[in-house]
Amino acid sequence: MGDLSSAPLPPVGPEDHVRGPEHGPVVIVYSDYECPFCAALELRLRDLPVRMVHRHFPVRSSHPRAFAAACAAEAAGRQGAFWPMHEALFADQSRLEDPHLWARAERLGLDVARFDADRRDDAVAARVTADFRGGVRAGVPTTPTLFHAGVRHAGRPDEAALANLIA
Amino acid sequence: MTVLAAGLPAPEFTLATDGKPFTRSDLEGRTTILVFYPFAFSPVCTDQLGVYNELLGDFAEHGATLYGVSCDAVWSQQAFKQQLGVEIEQLSDFEPKGATCRAFGVLHPGGFPQRALVVIGPDAVVRWSYEAASPGDLPGANLLFDALDGHEP
Repeated sequence: MGDLSSAPLPPVGPEDHVRGPEHGPVVIVYSDYECPFCAALELRLRDLPVRMVHRHFPVRSSHPRAFAAACAAEAAGRQGAFWPMHEALFADQSRLEDPHLWARAERLGLDVARFDADRRDDAVAARVTADFRGGVRAGVPTTPTLFHAGVRHAGRPDEAALANLIA
Repeated sequence: MTVLAAGLPAPEFTLATDGKPFTRSDLEGRTTILVFYPFAFSPVCTDQLGVYNELLGDFAEHGATLYGVSCDAVWSQQAFKQQLGVEIEQLSDFEPKGATCRAFGVLHPGGFPQRALVVIGPDAVVRWSYEAASPGDLPGANLLFDALDGHEP
């Protein structure tokens, strides 16, 4: 009870998935693997010298496979392949059913049986849910939402906002 | 016109549903959250209702029931609900059009509700309300939980 009221953005910690130059500007992105605007933002951010932190914000009503996809990324992370799976998920959002997830795991050279067990692990689901709830408390209203230098950008950031990240 | 402020009693109103009408007396004895949104099927890619839908269990834990309110007809709202894949019950202010929205102070001159949130206590008194500054200004669900927990956002 009461654990969804407003709270500061959870600080970046050892549990977080972080990519990009160590001293780059930190950009925390709440996104959903089935959200097309999130995929577009992912491509833009990949080209920028930012220190990107990915947090899960799956909204199941609009994106029925978003939660499963987030769990798949976490499961791949247990085999050291979070980011390759993250990119593989965003690369083909129309293929997010179980066999498509297994195919990605295989292509990335993962132990597929272990991957499949891990993605159904309660701890993995709890991790994804914790990201979502932390985002809700910090005022994330939609996907994608990014935080940079303490400022929230909800929805698709425009080019000016993106340029500002590395200004 | 601004949204009804905290401390004011909810007005008398009637909203249509796919079952029996929803009126002021339905507010009594439990906490109600009314989510006013401009249009069903509007081409705005917001996940506002989708995000709230993820949290229906949390609202229930707080003893609160959340409803979507628009000036669309009941059938449009049901189709919208189905398309969105949400379980949020819909209340229709279709006829006389916008009467409830006007009574709550959220009717836009264009004939649709402003994006607004109203939390009403079991005594049918507004406990907290919020009106988005612009349609693109999406309120996070944290504001609702702040209101339910009784501290000012």
